[in-house]
Amino acid sequence: MRFALAALLSHWRRKPLQLLTLVMGIALATALWSGVQAINAEARASYTRAASVLEQGALQQVVSKGGGGISIDTYGKLRRAGWNLSPVIEGTVRFGASWIKLVGIDPTTMPREGQVASITDGSDISSFFSAPGQLVVSAATARKLRNATDMRLKISENVPDDAAFVDISVADRLLDARGKINRLVVASEQRPGLDPIDQVAPETMLRENTDKPDVARLTDSFHLNLTAFGFLSFVVGLFIVYSATGLTFEQRRGTFRTLRSLGISLPALTTMLVVELAAFSLFSGIIGVILGYFIASALMPGVATTLKGLYGANVPGSLSIRPEWWVSGLAIALGGTAISSVRSLWRVWSLPILAAAQPRAWQRASAKTLAYQATAGGGLLLLSAVLAVTGSGIVIGFGVLGALLLGCALLLPGLLAISLASAERVSRTALTQWFWADTRLQLPGLSLALMALLLALSANIGVGTMVSSFRLTFLGWLDQRLAAELYVTAKDEDQATRLREWLPQHSTAVLPIWSVEGDVFGDQLQIFGVADDPTYRDHWPLIVADDNAWDEVASGKGALINEQMWRRGTAKPGQTIAMPGGWDATVVGIYSDYGNPKGQVIVGIDALVAHYPDVSKLRYGIRVPPESAPTLRQQLVSEFGLPETAIIDQISLKQQSRAVFEQTFAVTGALNVLTLAVAGFAMFSSLLTLSGIRLPQLAPVWAMGIRRRNLALYEVARTLALWLATFIAAIPVGLGLAWVLLAIVNVEAFGWRLPMTVFPLDWLWLGAVALVAAILSILVPVRRLATINPADLLRIFANER
Amino acid sequence: MTLSMTAVRKSYTTAEGVIEILNGIDLDVGASESVALTGESGSGKSTLLHLAGGLDHADGGSVIMQGQDLAKFGERERADYRRTQVGLVFQQFNLIPSLNVAANISFHAKLAGRYDAAWELDLTERLGLAPYLSRFPEQLSGGQQQRVAIARTLAARPPLILADEPTGNLDEATGDAVLELMLSLAKNAGSALLLVTHSMRLAHRLDRKVILRGGRIVE
Repeated sequence: MRFALAALLSHWRRKPLQLLTLVMGIALATALWSGVQAINAEARASYTRAASVLEQGALQQVVSKGGGGISIDTYGKLRRAGWNLSPVIEGTVRFGASWIKLVGIDPTTMPREGQVASITDGSDISSFFSAPGQLVVSAATARKLRNATDMRLKISENVPDDAAFVDISVADRLLDARGKINRLVVASEQRPGLDPIDQVAPETMLRENTDKPDVARLTDSFHLNLTAFGFLSFVVGLFIVYSATGLTFEQRRGTFRTLRSLGISLPALTTMLVVELAAFSLFSGIIGVILGYFIASALMPGVATTLKGLYGANVPGSLSIRPEWWVSGLAIALGGTAISSVRSLWRVWSLPILAAAQPRAWQRASAKTLAYQATAGGGLLLLSAVLAVTGSGIVIGFGVLGALLLGCALLLPGLLAISLASAERVSRTALTQWFWADTRLQLPGLSLALMALLLALSANIGVGTMVSSFRLTFLGWLDQRLAAELYVTAKDEDQATRLREWLPQHSTAVLPIWSVEGDVFGDQLQIFGVADDPTYRDHWPLIVADDNAWDEVASGKGALINEQMWRRGTAKPGQTIAMPGGWDATVVGIYSDYGNPKGQVIVGIDALVAHYPDVSKLRYGIRVPPESAPTLRQQLVSEFGLPETAIIDQISLKQQSRAVFEQTFAVTGALNVLTLAVAGFAMFSSLLTLSGIRLPQLAPVWAMGIRRRNLALYEVARTLALWLATFIAAIPVGLGLAWVLLAIVNVEAFGWRLPMTVFPLDWLWLGAVALVAAILSILVPVRRLATINPADLLRIFANER
Repeated sequence: MTLSMTAVRKSYTTAEGVIEILNGIDLDVGASESVALTGESGSGKSTLLHLAGGLDHADGGSVIMQGQDLAKFGERERADYRRTQVGLVFQQFNLIPSLNVAANISFHAKLAGRYDAAWELDLTERLGLAPYLSRFPEQLSGGQQQRVAIARTLAARPPLILADEPTGNLDEATGDAVLELMLSLAKNAGSALLLVTHSMRLAHRLDRKVILRGGRIVE
């Protein structure tokens, strides 16, 4: 048995390049998939960690039904009824240049499961309570806050960055909460026989703990997006593995036959091959996981910025190595290799002992195979169309995408075969006829690489079109929406009051940016108030609006909702919304709200203040002639002692928004480039493999008087023709993909729909990049052909061959 | 004289050292003449054919075809020579797998600029290939493929036909018939024929026979 295995393995000594292709294929597929999974796992672990620490996520919570906070009286009522609860006051506060999420807790009543490890014993608690207060923060946050506060800083490993635990009375003071409690944490152990909470305090409601923190649910679509692109790269990588194993099994048919005729049983032979593949996949898997770690580490800072900018989620920009990640990476390598080689193994299993030893033309696909493949592709396209018309939900959206891409990829070889046969028919000379016919002969060997190229190119075109369409709409929207020349945030309510008195004399308009959070249709969302000012009527684009929408809003009867609420079917124009606090407003318009994953409602500023008198009044937009903005900025700093970071001008705000936007798609862009690189490698390995079995096809043409150099040029032209055909095919597929992303996936994932704009210049750029990849992929095989020793060609004609 | 080889030498370097394949060959083949080249395996028959066909270079001596010395040819001239002056028939057929029988037969003639539809039609009928013109090489038997390879060479009507065991894959009766046809068609086309065979019986049917042994012509 040992000798048989040695005979099998000797193949790789003679074909080191094939071995490299196989190893690289498995490693690349594993790397891209496990890299994306590592990013997702790190982010999700971070959400769970943050939720369990900051939000006491494992415990039930009592919140206000109206969204205005829980009063001390209500808290007292519940305590007196026997409920074991702990109050939390939380919000965001600025220390110097840093915004920190402050969580004010009462450690004496906080249940054990919700405690922060660093304030559990007596001395910790006394230090926590003593003036001027103590902030429990992470080491990174402590570095930021040094010299920005006179409070003591205590470092705790399990507090997320940019957050701080503080005594509830300190939080009340810093956040100017005036005794309003945000939530009550419910201890898991309660006395039996208590009256239900909604009976004791009908103004509150019990919020169940969920498996997933809010931010994890919000970011689901982002992670699904990453997973989809990781999967696409994985599939492209598996194409390489599939074609490499197929070829090596074909080339060893003679060895298999000999071993079987020498008494090696079929199960023993199959077992040896399985062991061989498993060993290779484990080895390649280790390389893949290491590569995946580097890919994930490179992408992680971008992902962290995106999550912070888009969802406000704090995720570390670095990656920790987890044992389960190694295990899942190696499992992916093994699983991927198994899927890619099952067909080849089945062929060995069903190979008659007297089968021809000569390898068949590699992966020769008959017209029948192409027809089956095209039928399957057509079926998938039909499925994609049916899903697009009848289905809903983001998973269905990705189903539409997957079926569209795979369907088109399966159709490609058949369409190319038809095109090449047509070109052959209209050829005038013997050489051009041979050129097209020979190209068709290469199609089966190249079809997997071409399918991979189609997937990568169409993904690039599709995602590129989506991002560019989004960029165009988003920038136009930003220009309209960020109309105020300066945006200022007061330090506290006293300063805000002084600003409200001072600003009207120094500007053309003051636009309050005030909001509360409240429960609308069962979701916690933001309710903004807008002043009755021409700025909004002139600059805020409304997607759908009543004729007098802004008048209705100003009167306090009408409300505007963002596109997300409308697209998700939460509310529609003309509908009456029951607002938190027991009042109603009618939807009179819909506005675009890109970059916000949540629902949002806008009402008139007077109505907002009337119904939510405790609303924080710290932020303002200020309209001044643009040339006066720098002077006003300086005045604000000198008059009010505002730090530079409390005033932001329109240009800087737009720059920040643009930076967040670009970062949001940087990761998918990087994955796109990696997928294209993998597809390029697939093309290279296929061409290299084919070049080894091309000699018998080319030698007769050389013998009849065509020079090696010309044969090499024909090989280049052949590759470029196939590349061009695939690129042309990728354009409609990519546009279809962009349409699905814009019209289905984005609407489901983010709640907004954008007009699709095409950017042909981008395609040309992509085409040029892909052309360079195609030329690089053909370089080695062509050079080998152009300089081949005639003796090698002569061997083709030798009788003893 | 169509082909004139004088003091031709050829050796190959292998792992065991330098092996002398041809060691001073003198051979002339006249227009329309058919010459059988026989000898044991490894005697250098195929190598001699490759040198005459411009597929390989001689180490010494000269190979003159219609007054032109092949040693002076660069790769471009050698390619032109193979395209226009020589027709090769190999034992392994070496058809072009991507082209059907009709396209295979006319391929060399078109490359050489000597395509003649009537002549090709006559050839295909006489070689019994008319029913198979739209088939591909892999759909033919070995004998049928060999007849296509012969038809391809004859269709191009080259001044010199070099055939390496052209009937080696055929049974005796078919081989005889195909050889007979080949000789007659070559004569009709005015082509010289240098044919490698192991069979003395076949060799006797050609105008002249040459025996190679140890890299030299012994008879």
